[in-house]
Amino acid sequence: MSELLADYFPLVVFIGVALAISLALMIAPFIVAYKNPDPEKLSAYECGFNAFDDARMKFDVRFYLVAILFIIFDLEVAFLFPWAITFGELGFFGFWSMMVFLAVLTIGFIYEWKKGALEWD
Amino acid sequence: MSIAAAFFYLFAGVCVASAFMVIAARNPVHSVLFLILAFVNAAGLLLLLGAEFLAMILVVVYVGAVAVLFLFVVMMLDVDFAELKQGVLQFLPVGALVGIVFLVELLLVVGAWTFGPGVPRSIEAAIPPLETMTNTEALGLVLYTRYIYFFQAAGLVLLIAMIGAIVLTLQHRRGVKRQDVARQNARTPETAIEIRKVQPGQGI
Repeated sequence: MSELLADYFPLVVFIGVALAISLALMIAPFIVAYKNPDPEKLSAYECGFNAFDDARMKFDVRFYLVAILFIIFDLEVAFLFPWAITFGELGFFGFWSMMVFLAVLTIGFIYEWKKGALEWD
Repeated sequence: MSIAAAFFYLFAGVCVASAFMVIAARNPVHSVLFLILAFVNAAGLLLLLGAEFLAMILVVVYVGAVAVLFLFVVMMLDVDFAELKQGVLQFLPVGALVGIVFLVELLLVVGAWTFGPGVPRSIEAAIPPLETMTNTEALGLVLYTRYIYFFQAAGLVLLIAMIGAIVLTLQHRRGVKRQDVARQNARTPETAIEIRKVQPGQGI
């Protein structure tokens, strides 16, 4: 167990260095930078006119659809990793088990392709 | 107290604190960012348990995909924060009631907690020593054969999620011209253009 954790020591060093650099870059402007705010500087920048409304607005639901389809295939690939590593020992049954899994998801993939969910009008 | 224990307290502490901030932060976008921090720390806890594969999958799937999806939803909601805060007092009794019910249930579960006789043995058996095989390998050996029903059920759940998302959100605009590459490539000069002799002084 401790051997396993020792493998991750470089990761700890990496996170430590990343934390130090990002904190330094975040804190340095508060100390070093020259600040002289006024309302015009702080307001939202629009080119030549006052801002119409808030920057938050609803956007197309199709972004959500693309993200969800990405997650589903992401998970499918996650299931492939242990299968690929133990491929030699799994034998016939394990192989066809994965093939059925992939076939089920391929049905979904064909459905989504034929529906045109991958197209952006 | 070893280094591993120190890291356990670090991860657990940050995880609980950021989980609290998820519900305490005023800005929903900040809540989602704290949620990502909680996920990363949970991955660290899994790593300390020796579950390498689960830790990495947690980072890939939850931090990489689900948290981004939450950000989408938060940005899509178009919430008016001032309006949101006014409702807090109004819904407080109902929320507190649900919270108390959950708390009582949790206390009942924890109070009635006993380990079955076979549990310590099966936990030992589930994690083979690292010298013989890696964590991912151990998972792969049982997931596709011994637990095949759960595996196939996972596939069906993913299929339902895919079809459900398409049925709920997909709508095509009418009258949009699409490019059809096969039809474009199949065009020849014979089918595409027509040559006519036009007599001088006459139209077609």
